[in-house]
Amino acid sequence: MSILKEPWPWYVAGILIGLTVPVLLIAGNKQFGISANLRHICASCFPGKVSFFRYDWRKERWNLVFAAGILIGGYIAATFLSNGQDIKVNPELVQQLKSYGITDYSNMVPRQLFNFGSLLTLRGWVMLVGGGFLVGFGTRYAGGCTSGHSIMGLSTLQWPSLVATICFMAGGFIMANLILPFILAL
Amino acid sequence: MSTTYSVNNTTNTAEKGRKHYLRYLLTGIMFGIVFVKAEIISWFRIQEMFRLQSFHMYGVIGTAVITAALSVWLIRKFGIRTLDGEKITIQPKKFKQGQIWGGLIFGLGWGLTGACPGPLFAQIGTGALVVIVVLASAVAGTWTYGYLSSRIKND
Repeated sequence: MSILKEPWPWYVAGILIGLTVPVLLIAGNKQFGISANLRHICASCFPGKVSFFRYDWRKERWNLVFAAGILIGGYIAATFLSNGQDIKVNPELVQQLKSYGITDYSNMVPRQLFNFGSLLTLRGWVMLVGGGFLVGFGTRYAGGCTSGHSIMGLSTLQWPSLVATICFMAGGFIMANLILPFILAL
Repeated sequence: MSTTYSVNNTTNTAEKGRKHYLRYLLTGIMFGIVFVKAEIISWFRIQEMFRLQSFHMYGVIGTAVITAALSVWLIRKFGIRTLDGEKITIQPKKFKQGQIWGGLIFGLGWGLTGACPGPLFAQIGTGALVVIVVLASAVAGTWTYGYLSSRIKND
């Protein structure tokens, strides 16, 4: 039990995540892809007159159930499988973040940025609301996210997914290294 | 007579569907636990990845792709079917400009929030309730794309 509570190594996580692809295929011929759920939420709750959201989302309910499972899994891991220790990251990052007042490593997300009060600051608003918007807009425009393109697409050798993955990474590199320092300084 | 038949048929399909949901729920739960325990949903880990300060995330994604590729290869080689005996099909992905522009936009958002869509759900589960706002904003982003989709060139 104690070994379960320690952070799991990358190869264990990688194998388990990779196995999600055949598990979903064998469970019912389902393609791994989580960002589609954002579209299904739109289609089920507020499709408006937008043809992009006029389809039978009920057929895709399995994916919403899958996403609900992820949320429950997150709860189980944080509640019953936590060793209560800080996340250990590269000391260089710790130094860099310290200068922006980020010093709390007790959660998966930095508490000093990810809290409701932070929504009242420009920095928090840009990161949480702006960032979320870009994730939702970008994944749908790209037709998938890390699961659909980088894992499902790459593992089935589809070159458009390689293009998408390279662009995901490029966007992330640009943000983290060139733009984020200015946003964190807000 | 034929009406009765079709009604029965619908009930059967609905019943079958409900049983299936449990499979996806359990897979999702397992997936969510892995997300947290390997710290993939950690904003800090994503920052390390994009600053090339750690191998961790590259190891996770690399191993996942190799594992998935081997599994799909085995499924194809042995003609493995679904639990209900259906033939497994994988839809090919067509190239679209959106994979470039949308990919870059998503990447920018990933670098900010430290989360792709899957981790958003897991982060909420760990108790980071403010992420509900991030998720809602992501839904708004998707809605905006859908609203503009007839006007955005994507082929």
